[in-house]
Amino acid sequence: MKILVAVKRVVDANVKVRVKADNSGVDLTNAKMAINPFCEIAVEEAIRLKEKGQADEVIVVSIGDKACHEQIRTALALGADRGIHVEAQDGLQPLAVAKLLHAIVQRESIDLVLVGKQSIDSDNNQVAQMLAALGGMPQGTFACGVEVQDGKLKVVREIDGGEQTILLSLPAVVSTDLRLNEPRYASLPNIMKAKKKPIDSLTPADLGVSVAARLRTVSVEPPPERSAGIKVASVDELITRLKTEAKVI
Amino acid sequence: MKILVIAEHDNLSLKPATLSTVTAALAIGQPVDVLVAGAACASVANAAAAVAGVSRVLVADHPAHAAQLAESIAALVAEIGTQYTHILAAATTTGKNLLPRVAALLDVAQISEIVAVKSADTFVRPIYAGNALATVQSDDPVKVITVRTTAFAEAASAGNAAAVEPLNVVKEQALSAFVGQQLSTSERPELTAASVVISGGRGMQSGENFVLIEKVADKLGAAIGASRAAVDAGFVPNDMQVGQTGKIVAPELYIAVGISGAIQHLAGMKDSKVIVAINKDAEAPIFQVADYGLVDDLFKVLPELAEKL
Ligand SMILES: Cc1cc2nc3c(=O)[nH]c(=O)nc-3n(C[C@H](O)[C@H](O)[C@H](O)COP(=O)(O)OP(=O)(O)OC[C@H]3O[C@@H](n4cnc5c(N)ncnc54)[C@H](O)[C@@H]3O)c2cc1C
Ligand SMILES: Nc1ncnc2c1ncn2[C@@H]1O[C@H](COP(=O)(O)O)[C@@H](O)[C@H]1O
Repeated sequence: MKILVAVKRVVDANVKVRVKADNSGVDLTNAKMAINPFCEIAVEEAIRLKEKGQADEVIVVSIGDKACHEQIRTALALGADRGIHVEAQDGLQPLAVAKLLHAIVQRESIDLVLVGKQSIDSDNNQVAQMLAALGGMPQGTFACGVEVQDGKLKVVREIDGGEQTILLSLPAVVSTDLRLNEPRYASLPNIMKAKKKPIDSLTPADLGVSVAARLRTVSVEPPPERSAGIKVASVDELITRLKTEAKVI
Repeated sequence: MKILVIAEHDNLSLKPATLSTVTAALAIGQPVDVLVAGAACASVANAAAAVAGVSRVLVADHPAHAAQLAESIAALVAEIGTQYTHILAAATTTGKNLLPRVAALLDVAQISEIVAVKSADTFVRPIYAGNALATVQSDDPVKVITVRTTAFAEAASAGNAAAVEPLNVVKEQALSAFVGQQLSTSERPELTAASVVISGGRGMQSGENFVLIEKVADKLGAAIGASRAAVDAGFVPNDMQVGQTGKIVAPELYIAVGISGAIQHLAGMKDSKVIVAINKDAEAPIFQVADYGLVDDLFKVLPELAEKL
């Protein structure tokens, strides 16, 4: 089985971003960047499938400017076999990302695509479902359990009411939820080894994909600020204030 | 303008999330049709026909739709979708699973979790865990949108008698199969619809200690939520997680107990009307958004609250 994992370079999850004064976007100058946390989980799952002997090769792909190489190298250090960098402007919309991934799936005859459930910057939660549609593939979104069974894939999904188990034919697309696994850290020898692993570079034109934006961002505003209220001294005071002041109980 | 709302249901009842989605649809324009795709789902169709503002209910009643598998329903929605200018669903796990697939089949963008309608082609949506609000405009012929239900009031669920029409299009896809599901059952109100929510975090220390929260919830008729740390530690099931990647809630009263207030947790509850924080660390970031903060040990506070409420 050949696995493709898509990793996105995003602002670190601990950074609280600020909106730019001209409302054109958020200010990421000097912000710490990282692999999207959900993509780290996808990389980990792919490596585990390989360690179990269920996958032959793990290819990691990132789409964006040159800086994405950093995240591809990190995934290689974790155990992916080779990388593909699709050189494009940052912030491509999910449909464009899905089309690029679809082209790679066809080129590389991929059996399983693992992506994160959601980018923590754009909060879209779309790429897996779109890619599955473009490839006529089944989708196992928000996965917290993945198992290969007789040439099929059993996926446990986190849904609003609890958990759902489905069986997918291959090739398939899976999007990872937080509780699928706990990603490992890269060891120093593996970081060194990763420097020698190959990274191919491609452009959207090489893949025959138009990445034109479908949505235009008109403006980006800060959300209404909540201000800190008061500290109460006791449970009695809390109850009184909730009853007489806030009138919510 | 012609708008299609995908009903959220379990083949028996129409979920309140649909009512909020109808409100968002009516803010865009009219007429609003509702699609009920399910199996033996006539009661859902009747409930949808009663919702104020709905023009027509289309019912795709077929065993292939019993478990709401996205592959078959997306193909169906894409087939009828070209007759519409807008296709909307609630941003629940069902809606999020389905609509991007529909959008890709129609070769259009999907707009996730809108919180406001500016005009028929311009919408507001949170990004960066709610630390920014983006206004986005679409030129696509069909706008495919998921709706954050806490941002739109529920349409009246009774009083209308819209036409109910069977839809004899079935696009069964043999790609995926339903194996089973484990649904949490609770007598409490549904987390995203409750007017009072009390959530526990890592500070609760164990699943057993959630009994202390339950006792307070009983007094307030509250739903119970949790932080990711509490879910990851196995204290409570995943469907109780509130936050950027869990459920979004906006009750009248939100009580955070033993929760520090990470950005990702705030993303899921900071639109609550009144926020109470109970935490023994006076510096915990949760106090920066709390209307009422009580700096104390939760193991002392919770029993006292349960007793005095
Ligand atoms: C990609 C990503 C997505 C995420 N999504 C979510 C999400 O959807 N929802 C979410 O909640 N988190 C999410 N997180 C995790 C988030 O960053 C925090 O790690 C998490 O919210 C912390 O949970 P907590 O506040 O319960 O735990 P902690 O941060 O450990 O806080 C525990 C608090 O309990 C207090 N406490 C301890 N003992 C007591 C006591 N006896 N009495 C009173 N107070 C006490 C402590 O002072 C502390 O403030 C996400 C993280 C990432 C990276
Ligand atoms: N620019 C990108 N490069 C690589 N993978 C991406 C990119 N954008 C999105 N993805 C993948 O799609 C997942 C979901 O993203 P989204 O639909 O944007 O929330 C991410 O976790 C990644 O796995």
